[in-house]
Amino acid sequence: MVKDESLSAKVFTVVVHVTMIVVLIATLVPVIHVISISFSSSDAINRGLVSLWPVEFSLNAYNAIFETGRVVRAFGNSVYYTVLGTAINMLLTTMMAYPLSRTYLTFRKFYNVLILIPMFFGGGLIPTFLNIRDLGMYDTVWAIVLPGAISSWNLIIMRTFFMSLPIELEESAQLDGANEFTIFRKIILPLSMASLATITLFYAVGHWNSWFNAMIYFKNSSSYPLQTILRSIVIENQMSEEIQMDEIANPVSAEGIKYSTLVISMVPMMVVYPFVQKYFVKGVMIGSIKG
Amino acid sequence: MANVPATVGKKDNVLTRTLKSLNRTKYLQMLLLPGLIYYIIFHYKPMYGIIIAFKDFSIKKGIMGSPWVGLKHFRDFFSYIEFQRVFVNTIILNVYTLIFAFPMPIIFAVLLNELHNLHYKKFVQTVSYLPHFISTVSIVGMLHMLLSPNNGIVNNIIKALGGSPIYFMAETSWFRPIYVFSEIWQNIGWDAIIYIAALANVDQQLYEAAVIDGASRVKQIWHVSLPGIRPTIIIMLIMRMGSMMSSNTDKVLLMQNPMTYDVSDIIGTYVYRLGIKQAQYSYSTAVGFFNSIINVLFLVVGNSISRRFGESSLW
Repeated sequence: MVKDESLSAKVFTVVVHVTMIVVLIATLVPVIHVISISFSSSDAINRGLVSLWPVEFSLNAYNAIFETGRVVRAFGNSVYYTVLGTAINMLLTTMMAYPLSRTYLTFRKFYNVLILIPMFFGGGLIPTFLNIRDLGMYDTVWAIVLPGAISSWNLIIMRTFFMSLPIELEESAQLDGANEFTIFRKIILPLSMASLATITLFYAVGHWNSWFNAMIYFKNSSSYPLQTILRSIVIENQMSEEIQMDEIANPVSAEGIKYSTLVISMVPMMVVYPFVQKYFVKGVMIGSIKG
Repeated sequence: MANVPATVGKKDNVLTRTLKSLNRTKYLQMLLLPGLIYYIIFHYKPMYGIIIAFKDFSIKKGIMGSPWVGLKHFRDFFSYIEFQRVFVNTIILNVYTLIFAFPMPIIFAVLLNELHNLHYKKFVQTVSYLPHFISTVSIVGMLHMLLSPNNGIVNNIIKALGGSPIYFMAETSWFRPIYVFSEIWQNIGWDAIIYIAALANVDQQLYEAAVIDGASRVKQIWHVSLPGIRPTIIIMLIMRMGSMMSSNTDKVLLMQNPMTYDVSDIIGTYVYRLGIKQAQYSYSTAVGFFNSIINVLFLVVGNSISRRFGESSLW
């Protein structure tokens, strides 16, 4: 009997570890494969020789991309939209989250309902699109950075975090005659840096990875961010510019260009998130006990 | 403290009381104002825009000036075979995702919870977040390239084993499995966070008591871990119900091509194609509105069923 128990315990341990290894491999292998191909020669790519390490190391695909400039410009656009958009996100979200975290706020209940409804119901694609047109934001950067300026989900996480801060600090500041603006700037925000960093990352990832709004709101592809360009290159095979770079001295394959554009678009967020990830669990946990 | 509502004189009526407490919280109200304006302009104004679903909207006449047509657009789409196909596809895709993708983060979190080497655990967890930070375009791009019949690694392997290449992205039978698989790949680690957090809150004494009673680890999972995170699972399930009719439209739009429309065309992509590309504003708004209503219904029904059975609920 005891022996059976230990056998089943062993089987269980094996199952746990095998699952973890499967998750690790399934997550990492495709990414490593893509990166390896992007650094391989066009010949090696075409002959299907590359698996998990670059074969005949080559930067030709990257050179072609940088010389044509389309991807570089899109990269710049993405940085611009991400920085501007995230700044607006953080400003509006923290400004709204702080009042909502104060239980004595007049109309608090009304405001809470107001921010909850859009989480489950919205105007939908077309009314939203027409609204942006009516506001005169069509074909401007505002159509990209303003419509998602506050995410109710992030707002609730932020609000709950502010609520968890010790109220004594605030009370003593009030005795010193500070108003809520000052308390917000001088006490609340400095105490919330870890939480702010997490929400900043959430917003930045959203901007960096979005492609759809740019596609429907910009007339001209020169305003497109990297993800929207990535779509035309990788999924729709539009890369005449890059292929024209093809010379006998620096052979470039269409595949190489696709893979290296993909890598350029993935890398920034992949590099950043591990630094902030220790706050993820905490952040989500706070949000989940919102009530 | 200045902000705690002071005892209110009996003479004050509701209005003066409200004004007084507004005045007391005036700085907070000012801070809140930009956010409030944002919600009105970008969330509530489009909701008002839904009325074009009941009108024959044209940009020239505007929302107010366009003539009312009642339920014409709704009657129209109910009678179109194309809409019926899209509707059925949406449901099938969501049922598949619910059955196959929803349990994965739960299983992953529970098994991860069984690891006792903290560094190893941390490493697996960090890696599992990775796909969440890769854009949908990149993920679908990877699918296109890795599954390509010419040079993709999957078909290279199939060929090396003596099989003939499969054009995965163009075959209707492969669309749903690939979509569901990529949803799992993209979300398993990230969606597990909430369950990991819930597991961390399970009373450790329960495990100790279970060990004393001679419960194996499998039994501990069954009788301690899973019941411990049951409220979280149910909340997530209710939230999932609220998006029953809205798959990851972004991803489907990127994955589909006319060859797979029979299975890949869903309400989200249908609305995009008719509304944005063909400018049939009223008709596509009607379809989108119908879709949102079903979502809200699912949410409300899911929530009340859960409450009926004494489980956790959103409200």
